[in-house]
Amino acid sequence: MKKRWLLAAAVALGCAVGAGQIQAKDGFIVVQSTTSTQNSGLLDAILPSFEAATGIEVRVVAVGTGQAIRNAMNGDGDVLLVHAKSAEEAFVVEGWGVARLDVMYNDFVLIGPDADPAGIGGGNDIVAALYLVAATQAPFASRGDDSGTHKAELRYWMSAGIDVSEASGSWYRETGAGMGATLNIAAGMGAYALTDRATWIAHGNKDGMRVLVEGDRRLFNQYGIILVNPARHAHVKADAGQQFIDWLTGAEGQSAIAGYRLNGQQLFFPNAGH
Amino acid sequence: MRDWDGAEMLTQPRMAVENLRIGRNGSTLLDVPYLALGGPGPTLILGPNGAGKSLLLRCMHGLIPPDGGTVWQDGALLGEDQRARQAMVFQTPVLLRRSVAANLDFVFRRQGIRWRSRKARIAALLDEGGLSGKQRQAARSLSGGEAQRLAILRALACNPEILFLDEPTSALDPAATQAVEALILRASARGTRIVMVTHDVGQARRLGHDIVLMQAGKVAEHAQAADFFAAPRTAAGRAYLSGALVI
Amino acid sequence: MQGFSEEFRTAFGLIVTGDPGLWDIVLLSLKVSLLAVLIAACIGMPIGAALAVSRFPGRRFVIILLNALMGLPPVVVGLLVYLMLSRSGPLGVLQLLYTPAAMIIAQVLLVIPIIAALTRQTVESLDAEYTEQLRSLGVSRLASIPVLLWDGRLALLTALLAGFGRAIAEVGAVIVVGGNINHVTRVMTTTIALETSKGNLALALALGAILVGIAFLVTALVSMIGISREREVLYHA
Repeated sequence: MKKRWLLAAAVALGCAVGAGQIQAKDGFIVVQSTTSTQNSGLLDAILPSFEAATGIEVRVVAVGTGQAIRNAMNGDGDVLLVHAKSAEEAFVVEGWGVARLDVMYNDFVLIGPDADPAGIGGGNDIVAALYLVAATQAPFASRGDDSGTHKAELRYWMSAGIDVSEASGSWYRETGAGMGATLNIAAGMGAYALTDRATWIAHGNKDGMRVLVEGDRRLFNQYGIILVNPARHAHVKADAGQQFIDWLTGAEGQSAIAGYRLNGQQLFFPNAGH
Repeated sequence: MRDWDGAEMLTQPRMAVENLRIGRNGSTLLDVPYLALGGPGPTLILGPNGAGKSLLLRCMHGLIPPDGGTVWQDGALLGEDQRARQAMVFQTPVLLRRSVAANLDFVFRRQGIRWRSRKARIAALLDEGGLSGKQRQAARSLSGGEAQRLAILRALACNPEILFLDEPTSALDPAATQAVEALILRASARGTRIVMVTHDVGQARRLGHDIVLMQAGKVAEHAQAADFFAAPRTAAGRAYLSGALVI
Repeated sequence: MQGFSEEFRTAFGLIVTGDPGLWDIVLLSLKVSLLAVLIAACIGMPIGAALAVSRFPGRRFVIILLNALMGLPPVVVGLLVYLMLSRSGPLGVLQLLYTPAAMIIAQVLLVIPIIAALTRQTVESLDAEYTEQLRSLGVSRLASIPVLLWDGRLALLTALLAGFGRAIAEVGAVIVVGGNINHVTRVMTTTIALETSKGNLALALALGAILVGIAFLVTALVSMIGISREREVLYHA
């Protein structure tokens, strides 16, 4: 009887070690990125070309921008790809990253219910639209998670002179969730929400919702890429990481980004080196 | 060595208890100043419910520590060595949830006996107990009588010098009872000292070599069976045999 | 919900055609959860059994604590494991973050209390029944543990299934420590979470049905072993 237990334990241990071994190969980098690059399908579409060309596997951890930056600070990633320029620049200034480069941009749009209680449909002034939303106290779903989208949203509220923290819980609903989850919630409660266009186009649950405000120059959404500083975390795969950055900001990566379409629409616009 | 009433008993008792006391919540459950067991045949312990028969048995087997007093076995204080030479069969058999053979195998393995030897011994024991052919059957699916026989066989597998039995046949029909008694007698004939509690006076007559009558936690009478059944020396003994309720 | 039946057809089409992407995810889910339950059993069962047969001051408190740990929130466990395995954490050098091993560790931590608590309960009631007989046979308290565990194997099987259920349904912890990385640490539950966040609700639901079906299959297989054994162990009146 005892022998059987020992055997089972040995098998279990062997399997656990084996499971670890499978992942022990070194030819990969970890990229901390956002849900918008993931959910839009961009990375799934363009990464295979990079992997085929260099043999480096790219493992993407897609979380909110705040969490991605925190993970990178902990050294749990080799490259950071997010869309919160001031946070990214602070990241580099504080020594966590080597340098920040532009990669691509798209724009934010304000989506909302077909009924449009605040009457902002067809507008191209984001600040005026938000002012109306607050005035009519129409429901608004915010990311509330310190992400790039969330930070942008807060900038627009500030420009409109509205303090949303007072309204939190009444018409201003902070979901604390990723973009897709927030869009689901907005659809569920017929609320307005600020989203990047790529995630919106790729989103599968658009019933009763549409783009209401777009085209404002302030809705510009810039993505940046940073190599995590190997001086801070010695294990960072600086060479492989830099290869990825070079590829993404170089001719091949940039045209791959431009070439990515969903439902016939281009979601991201390359602008490295501009 | 003198017994409780001064009558000459044995020079070298197998088991003896001295000043054994157990009390709970102010009442005395067991109070035995002296008792010596070890005659050539089975000792049967009789008495009404609550007389302390099972308690006495469990004390002698070391399952319950007494509040006071000592238990002796072959002249030595009851310790793990002594207990290793005892075995006990309970009123309701507690069989392991395994096959019949596995229940016996459990005991033999702990004795360090090798596989082939174990198989042979299991077969021999089952044969003696009339359970051959039921080797693979789930022990818990045996009938009451079969289960008790298996419990006895398992106890015998421990090679005990002293075998305690606590009303082993009280829940069995006559046929099953007969089979169990046959098993007990065969063990006794081979030299195993039997100490058995029973409710059944007829069983005591059939099996007993000497009788211990208990009442209200005390030993009321201890005598050879022939003498006891022919003419009990105490009023308690006479009352018990006549069938009166002894309070 | 738009395209409901269409999405379902897509999802079930994936199973029927044996879509490698889907099967990879299913196999990884099973591998991670089954390993986690096995490891948790090797740790939890002896703990539960030892707790059942031992007597020491504060035992009651330990039992209450163990029962309470069954309700450990997965996302909290995930966070704790992340902090341990992070490169900035104490076990960062092991490079286990964002690998299936990290997910197994998180699930093991979640499942151990369930198995230990249920084992303790089973063994304690068996102990009450067996204790006199085992003592009579000269079996020490320590030596009684394997006896009780084996004799209680049917009830313990249920404890294992409860642990498996918790593991396979888990998403909060594995998504934090695994990172939901495609082809590496993406399992059924995290895939469902991802599809939901992409708004593909019908597909997520269909995948959920598949997950339930698989959990059902595993449970049924294990239970059948138990039931066939149980027929042998009938109690006589």
